[in-house]
This record gives sequence, C-alpha cells and structure tokens, in this order.
Amino acid sequence: MLDQTEGYVTADGRKIGGVVMEMKNITLRFGGVEAIKDISFDIREGEIRAIIGPNGAGKSSMLNVISGFYIPQQGEVWYKGAPRPPMKPFEVARQGIARTFQNIALFEGMSVLDNVMTGRLTQMQTGLFAQAFWKGKAEAEETENREKAEKVIDFLEIQAIRKTPVARLPYGLKKRVELARALAAEPTILLLDEPMAGMNVEEKEDMSRFILDVNDEFGTTIALIEHDMGVVMDLSDRVVVMDYGKKIGDGTPDEVRSNQDVIDAYLGVSHD
Amino acid sequence: MPEQLVFAMEVFLNGLMAGVMYALVALGFVLIFKASGIFNFAQGVMALFAAMTFVGIQNGQVPFAHLINAIFGTKIHYFGWEVYSVFAILLTVGVMILLAWMVQRFVFRHLVGQEPIILFMATIGLAYFLEGVADLMWGSEIKRLDVCLTDNTCLPQGINLAIDEFTFEIFGYGFFIDNLDITATIIAILLVTLLVVFSQYTKQGRAMRAVADDHQAALSVGVSLNAIWILVWSVAGFVALVAGIMWGAKSGVQFSLSLIALKALPVLMLGGFTSIPGAIIGGLIIGVGEKLFEFAIGPMIGGATENWFAYVLALLFLVFRPQGLFGEKIIERV
Ligand SMILES: Nc1ncnc2c1ncn2[C@@H]1O[C@H](COP(=O)(O)OP(=O)(O)O)[C@@H](O)[C@H]1O
Ligand SMILES: [Mg+2]
Repeated sequence: MLDQTEGYVTADGRKIGGVVMEMKNITLRFGGVEAIKDISFDIREGEIRAIIGPNGAGKSSMLNVISGFYIPQQGEVWYKGAPRPPMKPFEVARQGIARTFQNIALFEGMSVLDNVMTGRLTQMQTGLFAQAFWKGKAEAEETENREKAEKVIDFLEIQAIRKTPVARLPYGLKKRVELARALAAEPTILLLDEPMAGMNVEEKEDMSRFILDVNDEFGTTIALIEHDMGVVMDLSDRVVVMDYGKKIGDGTPDEVRSNQDVIDAYLGVSHD
Repeated sequence: MPEQLVFAMEVFLNGLMAGVMYALVALGFVLIFKASGIFNFAQGVMALFAAMTFVGIQNGQVPFAHLINAIFGTKIHYFGWEVYSVFAILLTVGVMILLAWMVQRFVFRHLVGQEPIILFMATIGLAYFLEGVADLMWGSEIKRLDVCLTDNTCLPQGINLAIDEFTFEIFGYGFFIDNLDITATIIAILLVTLLVVFSQYTKQGRAMRAVADDHQAALSVGVSLNAIWILVWSVAGFVALVAGIMWGAKSGVQFSLSLIALKALPVLMLGGFTSIPGAIIGGLIIGVGEKLFEFAIGPMIGGATENWFAYVLALLFLVFRPQGLFGEKIIERV
C-alpha cells in the first residue's frame, strides 16, 4: 500500500522507507487568519520528521490537521497511499496516529499507569457484552494490554511513578507520561508537539534520547514540532521549516541550515 | 433512657435509607456532569419517566393509548397481558437507552461547545418535554408499583425473591424496618458496586473516565465523545430507573416523583458535583441529617423541618466549603 518510491539510508545507517503520509496543498484559515498557506510535504516510513519555525508559524495547526483536530479548507491528507476523507480526531487515532499536545493533555485524575492504559483503548477489541459474559477473553485482553503498558513504562523509565496521580507530577515527567500514553497505542505515526518545551537541559537530553530510542527500537515514524532550531537538528532526518503559515524550507538539517530564507526567518525573530 | 436511644437509632437507620435514595438520584447527576459538563435538570423526570414506563409495560398498558384513541376513535387501553417484572425492567432499560440515544442525537449533539448555561437550559426543556411525553404515553393517574418484594406473583415460576417482614431486637426493644427500605439499600449497594466495576475494569468504563477527565486527551486516544455521552446518558437512565422504581414502590408512581431531583441538589452541594463517593456520602448525610434533626429538634420548633433542613445545610456548605466535602481533596475515581 505504501508509496514505494524508494526510501533512503541515513548517515547513521537507518533505512527509511516509502511515503506513509503526504500533505497536499493544505490551507487552513481561522476567520481572516491564514494559519497554513498551501503547504505540501511528506513523511516517510521510519523517519524522524521535524516541523520547525518561530512561534505562531502554524506548526501546531499543521499537527492538528494531521490528527484530525482541525479540518483544512483546502488540500488533502494522504495516508498509506490513499486520500483520507475528513475525519474526527478519534477516528484518526484509531487509524494508528497517536499524538501529544503542546500544552499537555493528560488525564489528571488518573494514575500514570491508568493514563498509559488509556493509550491501549484503540487496541481493545472485546465489546461490552463480551466483557460481561466472556470473562476469560476480557481478562486475557486486559492482561495483554497491561503487559504492553508496563513495557512502555519501563522503556521510558517511569516505573517509580506508576501509581502516582498525574496531577502531582512535575512538568517534565508529565511530558514523558504523555509520550508513554501515545506510545502505548503502538502507533504507525507518532506526532509530538514541542516535546521538549519548558524542560531543563537534562530533561531535554533525556527526551531526545527517548525519541531516538523509540524510533530505533520500534521503527516508529515520528513527526515532531520544535520552535528551537538547535534541538531538532541532531534529532531529525528531514526538516520542514514554517514561517507565517508558509513553508520556507524542506530538507535534511544541513540543507535547511544553509537555506537563506530560513536564516532570515530565524534572524528576524527572537528565540525564546 | 434506652428507649429514646433505640428510637433514635431507628430514626438513624430510616434516614440512612432515605439517603440511599437521594444518593441514587445525585449519582445520575454526577455521572452526566462529569462526562459532559451538563447539569441535567431532567434527572428527576427521567426517574419518573422510567418508573412510569416500567409500570406501563408491566401492566400491559398500550403506550400513547389516549392519543391513539383520540385519533382513531378506538377504545384500547390495555393489551390484556401482564409482563413479569424482570422482563419489564429489561424492556425499560432498552427504552432508557433509546432515550439516551435520542437526547444525544437530537439535542446535545447540536450544542457541543456551547456555554454551560445553554446546556442547562436545554435540560430544563428536556425535563418538561419528557414529562409531557410520559403523560401522553402512560396517562397521568397515580399508579401502584409492585416489584414482587413480598410475593412472587409477578416472577416466573421457581424464582423466589420474597423477603419476610424484618424486625430485630436490641436491648430488649423491637426494631422495625420497612423491608422495602432494606431491599432498596441492597439494590443501591449492588448498583454502586456494578458501576465501580464497570468504570474500573471495562474498556468502556475506562473510556468514560477518560472523557470525564479531559475531552481533548480522550479524543487523542481514540475515544468517541458522542458514543461515550450516549453511554453516560444510558447509565444515568438506568440509575434513574432504579431510583424511580424504589421511590415509586414506596409512594406510588406520580408526577411528584420528579421532584426528588430537588432533594438531590443539596446532596450535590454537599458532595461536590463531580464526586461519586461525594454523591453517595452526601445523600446519606442529608438523609440521616434531616431525619435526626426532625426527631431531635423538630418538636421544639414546630416540626416539618424535613422540608427545609437539606437546603439550609447546603447553604451552610456553600458559605463555608463551596467545593463540597470532596472537592479537590480526593483524587477523582468514578
Ligand atoms: N483554534 C484557533 N482559533 C483561531 N486561531 C488559531 C487557532 N489555532 C491557531 N490559531 C492561529 O493560527 C496561527 C498559528 O498558530 P499555531 O499553529 O499554534 O502556531 P505554532 O504552533 O507554530 O506556534 C496563529 O496566528 C494562531 O493564533
Ligand atoms: Mg505550537
């Protein structure tokens, strides 16, 4: 099903596959504001794709289009080689696209483990009546889901806070729990909106390592947003640069770094 | 004065059981409010509607008989059969699920993202509409409600639910407790247990808790808000049915039944609008409180304190602890 126009091999020897998602001429307006202006780009299987740009450039809007939270006025989203009809966010999630939010959207009243378990909801098949009357099957499924959730928790090194209510966690750990919940869905594509925003240096390094590990270990395709150029350059395979809703650059970190439009855009704004 | 003490204890127990009833109604409120932010003014009418539907089905009444007769000039009122309670309950549950679907499909689906006050107004409209439908469907006369607590005539052969009169002795004084109250309490406990198991251990329960906690996050893990809202209204409808049957068995099914919703308000102020344990404990406190107050203080100030005690207590809470007993203090667990 995937567009097999051949992939490429990264500098560190990872093999990147065909196009799994393609944005075609996306335009998104809020009243008079054009948040996204006719943008096209693709995401390939197994790659870490970054979207960068100054604040207000339209990065989050783009992620919201991909995850179904915003419906663009123009353009198409192609997924696995076919155009995707307009979808509700929960339908997108069920298609294997998991995400985190810039302003963290966790279930504050639940424990870390319960939060991660909600990530398994897309994978749970047994219906309500089956659960009531076919206890064995429901239990087997619950056990399997719990094991998967625990594996993700181990992977992201948050075992120590498994039972802690999320509301009590510091910001940096919340970001990590949100990543864990998204990962628990075993997504085809993982969308991360500023996963490192508001973190200290050490936390940023941890998060970078986790993102790389996830990609490496599970082969998960990752699209992530950053507004700080430095952080993503080491992390990503290819970068889309946005400014005022327009795409002003697209390529490898090196290509983007030497792109004059990108340099201008970044010199023209303060880095915060 | 052990006599007084024993009597006080009886009052206490009776209060506890009235409290169970308040708690049930409050529970319906909390479920919907947590999941959708809608303060469902129609919860009491839902209890009435459920109880009337139950009795109507049980007696083999023809729904909308008056309407049909008026239009076609017929004179039908009853099908001429009687339905066992168990089946009548199952059928009524079906009706309540259908109602939940219709409420979501025709009302709240079109009001997503509206101000809470608008949603509240919609539920007021719903309350009057539902009251009208109940009237039209089953007629407005007071009905007796039997759920075979004392005899087995309305159950299939071989099932025995009969409970004998219940008295016991303490300090040589006889206690008398209405066996209906006992049954009501047991059913309420079972119901709450069922709800807890459902919300903690099923996929739908987990999704329901997710929606109650954060809509955006719930969407991102693949939960359909619409489906969950239908589910929540169905569960609230089921809770309303249980409350309606119990209340109806006590004092007959009549339109004043919908007024128990007003007693649920102070319960919610005590327990907090989003806390299920709060609804239960708040209900018990008000039930016991108003009975004990009437018993101890009532005679001194002319009685009839049950009419206002709950509201005054709620008012005190609003002044001194506006978040309710459990607001913010405990971690929410549906
Ligand atoms: N829901 C919305 N309603 C109105 N305007 C919005 C909404 N979301 C984003 N915008 C506008 O779209 C533009 C891009 O915002 P955003 O995508 O959040 O940028 P970024 O994530 O790059 O900082 C901004 O001008 C913002 O005000
Ligand atoms: Mg943003």
